[in-house]
Amino acid sequence: MRVRHTLPAAVAVAGLAMTATACGGGSSDSGSSAAKGGQSLKGHTVTVAGVWTGEEQASFKKVLQGFTDATGAKTDFVSTGDNVSTVIGTKIAGGDAPDVVMVPQVGVVQQFASSGWLQPLSSAVDAEVTQNYAPVWKNYGTVKGQLYALYFKASDKSTVWYSPTAFANAGVTPPTTYAQMMTDAKTISDSGLAAFSVGGQDGWPLTDWFENIYLSQAGPGNYDKLAQHQIKWTDPTVVKALTTLGDFFKQDDLIAGGRKGALATDFPTSVEQVFGDSPKAGMTYEGDFVSGNVQSLHKKVGTDAKFFPFPAVDGGQPPVVGGGDAAVVLNKGKDKAAGMALVKYLASPQAAAIWAKAGGFISPNKAVPLTDYTDPTLRETAKSIVDAGNGVRFDMSDQAPAAFGGTAGTGEWKILQDFLRDPSNPAKTAQTLESAAAKAYQG
Amino acid sequence: MATVQTALPPARAGGPLETRARRRSRRAKITAAVFALPALVLLGALVGYPIVYSVIRSLFDAKGDHFVGLDNYRTLFSDHATLIALRNTMVWVLVVPALLTGIGLLLAVLTDRVRWKTAFKLVIFMPMAVSFLAAGITFRLVYDQDPDRGVLNAVAVSVHDAFHDSASYPGARARQGAGAALEGDGHGGYTTSAAASPGSTVSLGMVGILPAKLPKDSVQAAPAAARPGSVTGTVFLDFRPGGGGRPGQVDSGERGLPSVHVQLQKDGHTVAKATSGPDGTFRFAKVPDGSYKVILPKSNFATAYSGISWLGPGLVTPAIMAAYLWVWTGFALVLIGAGLAALPREVLEAARMDGATEWQTFRRITVPLLAPVLSVVFVTLVINVMKVFDLVYIIAPGPVQQNANVLALQMWLVSFGGGNNQGLGSAIGVVLLLLVVPAMVLNIRRFRRSGS
Repeated sequence: MRVRHTLPAAVAVAGLAMTATACGGGSSDSGSSAAKGGQSLKGHTVTVAGVWTGEEQASFKKVLQGFTDATGAKTDFVSTGDNVSTVIGTKIAGGDAPDVVMVPQVGVVQQFASSGWLQPLSSAVDAEVTQNYAPVWKNYGTVKGQLYALYFKASDKSTVWYSPTAFANAGVTPPTTYAQMMTDAKTISDSGLAAFSVGGQDGWPLTDWFENIYLSQAGPGNYDKLAQHQIKWTDPTVVKALTTLGDFFKQDDLIAGGRKGALATDFPTSVEQVFGDSPKAGMTYEGDFVSGNVQSLHKKVGTDAKFFPFPAVDGGQPPVVGGGDAAVVLNKGKDKAAGMALVKYLASPQAAAIWAKAGGFISPNKAVPLTDYTDPTLRETAKSIVDAGNGVRFDMSDQAPAAFGGTAGTGEWKILQDFLRDPSNPAKTAQTLESAAAKAYQG
Repeated sequence: MATVQTALPPARAGGPLETRARRRSRRAKITAAVFALPALVLLGALVGYPIVYSVIRSLFDAKGDHFVGLDNYRTLFSDHATLIALRNTMVWVLVVPALLTGIGLLLAVLTDRVRWKTAFKLVIFMPMAVSFLAAGITFRLVYDQDPDRGVLNAVAVSVHDAFHDSASYPGARARQGAGAALEGDGHGGYTTSAAASPGSTVSLGMVGILPAKLPKDSVQAAPAAARPGSVTGTVFLDFRPGGGGRPGQVDSGERGLPSVHVQLQKDGHTVAKATSGPDGTFRFAKVPDGSYKVILPKSNFATAYSGISWLGPGLVTPAIMAAYLWVWTGFALVLIGAGLAALPREVLEAARMDGATEWQTFRRITVPLLAPVLSVVFVTLVINVMKVFDLVYIIAPGPVQQNANVLALQMWLVSFGGGNNQGLGSAIGVVLLLLVVPAMVLNIRRFRRSGS
């Protein structure tokens, strides 16, 4: 979830303020360049709304410029801030719907589709998706058998970030199995540094820990069922995954500050504890967006901070929990045809290549050559996402109703925090999770 | 319409006196109604309608489609989280207004005769100019667990460390598993698992210390030489940077741990003490024959004191209350101070002339005369405390949010903050309203009395 990065209240509110200003200032990229491609859509203007700000927005505008160059249509980007669904809902109600929205969560795509706001994607886009994407990405864009969303930007949430110095001091190398990771963790902790820094004060890093273990241990099939709440949280597979997680939590020596310390550590601090100036831990698990936090500590991704894919648990496949931003076309938009043309353009490898070169982006599109990524770290994540093919699964808590999977102080976040405080009884935790889930899924 | 009526033909001249008077009073009433109308419409739209709608909404389910009667209220009073919120709100109402009024009164009386009282009041009042949001963020930092960030824990840790010697190797622990020579002694220290006798030697491998944090005089560890009549040994860091050491044995690259307190025990009684040298070796000389255990007491390894967990489940509500006091003391002080300034001086002087002590004057004269002001401050604070939201939302970290929850926050959480159940949220809102009403009535009565 995008909101998650800004969880501390201070930042959240600053974010709101930024939203307010960003909403006002949509900028328009006029198609100034002469026709390199066709000018088939000259005179059209496509309005695009998305959560991106700052550098991401600048890079996406380069992609939009590419579209302008190819078709002659003008584009207009409007930033929605973090809360896409509210902003878009308001805009639709106010008769000012954008043509294309870049939606950051799969749950929101479903919500838009079931609200009847979306235009089914054209068969041309469908063909592109079928050809260039692993079917799983098409599935996540499909609601009730109809393709509504094109995943343009992907993210990888199965990356364990480590400090090469800490690994060198302890004499360990990136592990390939979960068991090996735990053995290495003990070695690191013997070397005098805690092995892991866990951002337990925010609940979502804990859900991500669980999801990676569960996806690898119980397999994608069970993962999908649990995400849809078709199997209960009291299922033996869940209890087993919780037991695995609990065995890690139980070892206070492996966690920076122990369990109590972890509960008082928020996500940015958890990164700082590994890559800051006075490191307290050797590794931290979170998604590819950790690189942003690393950079804000004035450290270099790739030399000061490296990552390895979350290792396979108990002989399963290594998990690839991902996410992404999907392009959807609103049926209340003023220029749907041009919007659809933009989505078709976004489905092409050329569009992805523009952002891949600019950095800070990975594409789920198989047809994007890995050589297009200028950043070696991103090339690796892109490779792991594309290689995982159909094994990619979206963040489970993002797919759940917000009351269960996305709210501080309640639901899965809170229950897993309680589990971190006292990991002694996985079965009981599973029971608590089930009763919270039952309530949320029914509501 | 009222407006049309006022525009009716003027009253006929020469009518009976009574009728004219009645007519005039009626016209006055109509005029009053016309003037009041905009305010009434505004009040109705902004206050009346939302209240009525909330009451109605509270009788429907989450989506607002199905009438559920009093179900939401039933859920409210059976839901664990809401009950905690209700309890906390009660605690807030019981503690904070009384405390604030008391502190305000105390400060007002104390500063009343100080020369710089205006400056003093200004300083105390300043937090009122800070938004709750900013105050919340500030206090969250103040309460931070990390002594490098949270000022309160910085103080707590400095004070603690001033009275307690800190351990030389906080957090260090004995090598476990293969090569383990030590086991826990049940008190946080370590004891050798095997018995030692004169002439034997022990290797005590410790782990979990960053090589950079070793004392400067620490050198390469040396295996202790066995000596007849002595128990000797080495305490060393059983970890070679870069890995590759043999567990439990002194390898090259592994450094000794100097200044570790070592004890020799026989049947649970300490018979000798020693301290390890730069290479980690220690020696108990002239030991009578027998079987002994070598002990590394806890004092060597006690983890550093990490301060008080202000935002833990136990202290979080008092901590937030303290932040609230910081913001609102100025309000109480200024209002009560103004009341104090308006007191008739002659009464106070008369009391003093009659030989009343300062305490008696305060108890019997000042407080009773100030009672109206005090109760205004108190009631206003009760109403304000009931709707406290932002401080709790910002200061309480995620894991303890439920412990610090109050009704206003719960209402928001349930309706918008993820719960998306505006039916239940409205029900909480209505309960909150019912709780505020008595205080409101009290306040209005007082206004009326002081008005007449």
